[in-house]
Amino acid sequence: MLGEMAAGPDDARLDLAFARLPRLVGRAPLTLAPADEAAAEAARPGWRPAGWPVDAAARILLLLHLPRAGFADRFRRLRRVADTAELVALFRGLPLYPDPERLEDEAGEGLRSNMRPVFEAVAHHSPYPREVFGEHRWNHMVLKALFVDSPLAPIQGLDERANPELAMMLRDYARERRAAGRPISPELWRCLIPFAQAVGAEADVALADLERIP
Amino acid sequence: MMFIDPHAHMISRTTDDYEAMAAAGIVAVIEPAFWVGQPRTHVASYADYLSAILGFERFRAGQFGLRHYCTIGLNSKEANDEALAEAVMEILPRFAIKEGVVAIGEIGYDEQTALEDRYFRRQLELARELDLPVMIHTPHRDKKRGTTRSMDVCEEHGLDPSRVVVDHNNEETVAEVLQRGYWAAFSIYPSTKMGDARMVEILKRYGAERVIVNSACDWGISDPLSVPKTAKLALAQGVAAEDVRRACYANALAAFAPSGQIAESDWLSGPAIDQRTLYEGNSILRGGRDARVTAAE
Repeated sequence: MLGEMAAGPDDARLDLAFARLPRLVGRAPLTLAPADEAAAEAARPGWRPAGWPVDAAARILLLLHLPRAGFADRFRRLRRVADTAELVALFRGLPLYPDPERLEDEAGEGLRSNMRPVFEAVAHHSPYPREVFGEHRWNHMVLKALFVDSPLAPIQGLDERANPELAMMLRDYARERRAAGRPISPELWRCLIPFAQAVGAEADVALADLERIP
Repeated sequence: MMFIDPHAHMISRTTDDYEAMAAAGIVAVIEPAFWVGQPRTHVASYADYLSAILGFERFRAGQFGLRHYCTIGLNSKEANDEALAEAVMEILPRFAIKEGVVAIGEIGYDEQTALEDRYFRRQLELARELDLPVMIHTPHRDKKRGTTRSMDVCEEHGLDPSRVVVDHNNEETVAEVLQRGYWAAFSIYPSTKMGDARMVEILKRYGAERVIVNSACDWGISDPLSVPKTAKLALAQGVAAEDVRRACYANALAAFAPSGQIAESDWLSGPAIDQRTLYEGNSILRGGRDARVTAAE
């Protein structure tokens, strides 16, 4: 099957191969020996395949055998009719595909989803957003994570990519949550505090500290 | 008391909801065209969606005695698929001038990208050309600046604020929206948008002039009775009955009436409920239930 992929399959053959993989390999979680995990880390720092369903890993492997020419078009075709598990596999492979910058809009489609597993397949444990996303997309990814109750900590490069524009968005968001009487994720401050002074949010930070006093 | 729910995605709701809404006094609903939770990939599915909300959904509402109107537009999320967006823009005018379309909407920003901006502006021009009001979906994220920007762009395109409903407001956006002369709508939607108790506080603080309450009920956890429930709470907490009537009925009517497609007479002297009616051969009756037929009032 992998050899057929390398030869550049027609659309129908690729669709069929991609869709049927769970039937061939099952859905058990991928168990990796420490040496495998070290190899993954060495190949792409921050990239964590441990615990993936084995069919997701197999789907990515399949895609990695496709020819480089036309890869982004094939990815887009698969993504447009993908089910949730297929979307998760497609997006988890982002750090490994050829010409990664050509897939940025596709990754953006993953972030647009309110399905948390799909969003997190793009955002979490992946060097792709840090390396490829422009500031606008980066900022909206971080804000959206807070909106879908997804933790920020697994986003790679959170501190390095922090910026004043994001700090301003988080400041407004914190104020909105406070006005609505809703809780504010403590993770929010991590991207805001470095620029608190620059965006006039010192009082917001101080208030958040005081709110922790019972 | 009569109510209008001027933002309800009824295509995602059940017949139980229609029954409960009618029983609670809702006489009319406005169904804004939006996305469906995941991106459509072909213009044809978009066209069928628009036909469905203008056709079968309106028929379904009518079977429960509710008048059903639509707003037609390309939503901000799907505006990010340029090929789809271009194709949708071509079919929009055909749908936007159909009967019972009270505005171009819901349009505006999601992530405030360049493509969203382009199609928002083109649809504002379409609203001008067709002389229709506009319903603006303000973004969930980066909301305050996104709301300000939405109004700035409307003014750049020469729209009269009194013809524009700015939706999904909150405590942080309401003052500016009202001050600039727009209709300020609030979606009473548990956990992500406004709550009814907060809404009552806003009515107490800002009054009801140009304030509109809606449910934005859709496929998520939402409440199609948000409008009457908010009215009940407001009355219980001492908001004047006239202010409640404006926020939960009259202002929505006034905001969308300039379309020429919605009038009080539609429900005061409209046709009776007649569940025997078929829409393209489909009845909502199942399993041999008796049809409900009432006389017009």
